[in-house]
Amino acid sequence: MNKARRNWGTTIAAHGVLIAYTIIALFPVFVILINSFKSRKAIFREPLALPDADSFSLIGYQTVLKQGDFFLYFQNSMIVTVVSLTLILLFGAMAAFALAEYRFKGNTLMGLYLALGIMIPIRIGTVAILEMMVSTGLVNTLTALILVYTAQGLPLAIFILSEFMKGVSDDLKNAGRIDGLSEYKIFFRLVLPLVRPAMATVAVFNMIPIWNDLWFPLILAPAEEVKTLTLGSQVFIGQFVTDWNAVLSALSMAILPVLILYVIFSRQLIRGITSGAVK
Amino acid sequence: MTALKLENVNKSFGEVHVLKDINLTVEEGEFVVFVGPSGCGKSTLLRVIAGLEDATSGTVTIGGEVVNAVPPARRGIAMVFQSYALYPHLTVKDNMGLGLKQEGQPKSVIEERVARASKMLDLDSYLARRPAELSGGQRQRVAIGRAIVRDPKLFLFDEPLSNLDAALRMNTRVEIAALHRTLSASMIYVTHDQIEAMTLADKIVVLRDGRIEQVGSPMELYNHPANRFVAGFLGSPSMNFLERSVEGLPKGQTLGIRPEHLTLDGKGQIGGEVTHVERLGGDTNLLVRTEQGETLTVRLFGQNTTPVGEKVRLRFDESHAFHFDADNKRL
Repeated sequence: MNKARRNWGTTIAAHGVLIAYTIIALFPVFVILINSFKSRKAIFREPLALPDADSFSLIGYQTVLKQGDFFLYFQNSMIVTVVSLTLILLFGAMAAFALAEYRFKGNTLMGLYLALGIMIPIRIGTVAILEMMVSTGLVNTLTALILVYTAQGLPLAIFILSEFMKGVSDDLKNAGRIDGLSEYKIFFRLVLPLVRPAMATVAVFNMIPIWNDLWFPLILAPAEEVKTLTLGSQVFIGQFVTDWNAVLSALSMAILPVLILYVIFSRQLIRGITSGAVK
Repeated sequence: MTALKLENVNKSFGEVHVLKDINLTVEEGEFVVFVGPSGCGKSTLLRVIAGLEDATSGTVTIGGEVVNAVPPARRGIAMVFQSYALYPHLTVKDNMGLGLKQEGQPKSVIEERVARASKMLDLDSYLARRPAELSGGQRQRVAIGRAIVRDPKLFLFDEPLSNLDAALRMNTRVEIAALHRTLSASMIYVTHDQIEAMTLADKIVVLRDGRIEQVGSPMELYNHPANRFVAGFLGSPSMNFLERSVEGLPKGQTLGIRPEHLTLDGKGQIGGEVTHVERLGGDTNLLVRTEQGETLTVRLFGQNTTPVGEKVRLRFDESHAFHFDADNKRL
């Protein structure tokens, strides 16, 4: 920052606000984490206390890991999230490129139609989606979830990516055309690498809602062999008795993969290789 | 043989008619500059020639072959862009070789042509670098190299110097002129800068509002402009146009005098007061407000001490004056 413009008051205030927000946002996660390492009695005695020698217990993790299906749920969630994200990014980027690059009849209309998906929540169509899945025989498959999540993520992905693609230099694409690159090569080799930060943003935006979703797994894929992690964790929550140790441990472990994916994508957020391509 | 022939080329974007009945011939080895104010259609015309835009009507012929339906890569052209448009993920060498690689040329040919171009442009020590590691001038040389490597029938330059700073612009201009001499290739160069147009061109094409206003060699246009627009566009400082300050001028007519054809002379035809002086060392520009309220630029060679506010009289030679009628056509 420019030395002359540095203002300690503003800097401190800004950091204060950010730190306060971080604490508020992380507090529930923190409570879940510490309580997952405590015995059942300790959780209820003092929910906010850190685990000590007396209250420390891994009983929750043992219960979860003994429940043989946990890894299956984990795998299901992973498959659904990764495949959905891949499809959203691939098809979203392709549609965005078409909307941003080519002049054709109904271009604007198509853009508006796709933007409509941002405004109307997909859950409104749950009944119709369920009917469709039943008649196509996709109920209780991961495919059903992947299709729904892809449809859910596409509108925002197209909206964000087409804005970024409009920003990619026309000269660069034209240089590719003169050098004889096909439109596909221009898309995959020239444009996609330049909008990588935007792709990472879209991925992060879509990843967490998909990973956390309980609604569609519950309705479309409640069978044992296709349960996702969030749905699987519900077995520990009973109508009369809830195994809090197990619930908290399962949730703690569910954070990890999201964290790893986030680290991968956020690297891309920072890295931009545009510099040097065009002025 | 003609390198390029445009016949009745029109281009519309929806309702907007951008190019209107363009007819033009570029001979082999000729350096042609399209010049005009922004929005005159010169870049669009270049893109139509390149095949990046389709002409709405008319024919484009490159090297004797009608290319209206031929994709850009097979038109035998190469283009240098204002923003360089280098591929960011490729090295300088791969940037230059990509076009040939797409054509399916053998590796040895690519190596040889890249080596020749890089030697010509003094890029040998940068071949392994990526565009991000080069300065603006170097990037533009790589972009030119990429064009040379393809060995095209026609070079297209789209304002290649606009992103460079003044000193570099001059150097690169000289390099491009030298390149034209060595390659003796046909080149089309788009610019809004009349100095680039005057210094580089064999033939200047002045465009305005999608029409060709005049075509000719730089000195032809300078000495015999067809209309007031061409007269005012070429030359720096630009030509003075007077309607009232000279006696005996028929109504509706405009008199055009270049700033260097005016001299300070106590018995001159025009009287006025100096309102501003620009001393450039080599020459001095005076802004003079005439008694009739029109403003003139006078270019005096060498240094001059005339102060602001001085009353002066200006003389011009009738043989250096241009007359324009009410429609701005030259009489």
